[in-house]
Amino acid sequence: MIITPAQVATSRDGEVVTLCLSGNWQITASPPRWEEPALDRPLRRIVLQAAAIGDWDSSLALYLSAARTWSGQQGVELVEQGVPAEVGRLAALLAPKPTPPAPQPQLADLVASLGQATHQLWQETKDLAQLLGECAYSLGRFIRGQAQFRWRDCFTEMQQCGALALPIVGLISFLVGVIMAYQAAVQLRQFGADIYVADLVGLSVVREMGPMMAAIVLAGRTGAAFAATLGNMQANEEIDALETLGVSPIDFLVMPRIMALFLMMPLLALYADFLGIMGGLVVTASILDIPSSLYWIETKSIIDLSDLSTGLIKAATFGLIIGLCACLRGLQAERSAVGAGRAATAAVVTSTLLIIVSDAVFAVIFNILGW
Amino acid sequence: MSTASGKSKFAIEVEGVECRYGERVVLTNVSFAVKPSEIFFIIGGNGCGKSTLLRHLIGLKQPGQGQVKYFGRDFTHADRAGRQELLRTFGVLYQNGALWSSMTLAENVALPLELYTQLDRRERARIVSLKLAQVGLAGLEDYYPVELSGGMKRRAGLARALALDPAIVFFDEPSAGLDPITSLKLDELIRQIRDTLGTTIVIVSHELPSIFDIADRVVMIDSGARGVIAEGEPNQLREASPDQRVREFLNRRVAAVQQQQGLLHP
Repeated sequence: MIITPAQVATSRDGEVVTLCLSGNWQITASPPRWEEPALDRPLRRIVLQAAAIGDWDSSLALYLSAARTWSGQQGVELVEQGVPAEVGRLAALLAPKPTPPAPQPQLADLVASLGQATHQLWQETKDLAQLLGECAYSLGRFIRGQAQFRWRDCFTEMQQCGALALPIVGLISFLVGVIMAYQAAVQLRQFGADIYVADLVGLSVVREMGPMMAAIVLAGRTGAAFAATLGNMQANEEIDALETLGVSPIDFLVMPRIMALFLMMPLLALYADFLGIMGGLVVTASILDIPSSLYWIETKSIIDLSDLSTGLIKAATFGLIIGLCACLRGLQAERSAVGAGRAATAAVVTSTLLIIVSDAVFAVIFNILGW
Repeated sequence: MSTASGKSKFAIEVEGVECRYGERVVLTNVSFAVKPSEIFFIIGGNGCGKSTLLRHLIGLKQPGQGQVKYFGRDFTHADRAGRQELLRTFGVLYQNGALWSSMTLAENVALPLELYTQLDRRERARIVSLKLAQVGLAGLEDYYPVELSGGMKRRAGLARALALDPAIVFFDEPSAGLDPITSLKLDELIRQIRDTLGTTIVIVSHELPSIFDIADRVVMIDSGARGVIAEGEPNQLREASPDQRVREFLNRRVAAVQQQQGLLHP
């Protein structure tokens, strides 16, 4: 099939310009655009002849609309000959309409932005506190045996956030131990204090890095999954279905997840501690020529129960934080396809931030307690 | 079937309810009553607040004013225990079934039984099989929702809504997105459930074939009026409603002046 391209032939006779349209007007075939006739001589009328056109689509309406707008602005009469009525109606839809007044730009000044951000932060803090309260209430029902809590769901979540997270938590913790040992070895070797690499790595890993790395990994892995799952359930009305059945979503969905994280995080932290120390041991054995047994004895001598317990308390708290943030974001998710994705992102950001903040608070508290 | 208090002559009474969508009031002073074993439709155009009204009726949202009663008992202001009890008098079929996606069909239907009955596992399994057979899904107990078509999901959702043999079942747009035959079969199933069990059925929909096929009575709400504009039998309203909007809606015809404007001149 031969497609004749759209063309516009222009002719002038005194004060009348004739535009003769022909060919197939297809928007995908770069049809001619409206070109303003020269106004160096008086112009009274434009005659637009479209009798010779073949196929047409929106491009013809666009051309006609531009012609109408220009002639209206210039006060030139436009005579349309052979223009299909449908094109005329389509072009009429493009006629300029009075535009509504532009909205006043919001957040024009710093004070307003700050105020809005503070209000939002306050709102989110209230939401988190409310969820915490509801969880405490649910825990009360759980202790009295009245909660609609399903251990089966809790065990499934424990497997998801515990056993299945072992490879990634292990790898990251081991590598963090390796990195710390390398950094420490470079400095301490200068003073002949090679053996203290074991102290540095051991204490840092057990008190800080083990729980912290496990928490960061779980915030990204499990927290995002929880938020996305709950967000999807929200969009699919699954949570509404629970509520109309008289089932509390807190008992049924939130508590098993928080419980699973609360129970699994200390175990994962212990595992991360062990692999972090192993990372340090491998480095010292390979580059510092310190026997593994000596490294192990030095590590055991420096780490006591208070170090271990501070790490475990932190880990359990981080587990609570991840669970709360993930479930909060999931339950807050918009009822749309993008809602779950946004909830997952927000869950990771919020829980990571709160993990770091709470770690700083713990540092102060343990310092005061002398642990 | 769960027998609710028989003192009231109405299964559902909606009295002066105000519905909000976010902060916006979408419906005010909504009042109607549904008789036991009636198939009752809540109809209206897109965005008029039908689904929002349903959310207020089933307790997902609290009305700003007014109250909803089930069998003469106030649901809106009930305490926790009373509310829990009344929640068991109705089941809800959501628009896309709202099946819990991490559970099989059998687990979906069994959950209400697990939570609210003393039946043992074997008895629960038999009830689940019965309910799934009732909706034409016998043998699909071990399927997950993701493995089902849209129509099957809705049937499975209906089986779950019927698990506790509630006195009332609410349907939110049950025919939306279904082909005419599947939609017809679902309508027949709904009528069959009402005829067999005497269940009161409330359906939010704007599907005219379903309305004229199975509705005993309808209530029509309108976004302009922000409330109820008509109540009665669908055929009667179509022929003789004094309100032009109701006649236009039920006859699927708009007034001549509007019709002339057509698609290109909205």
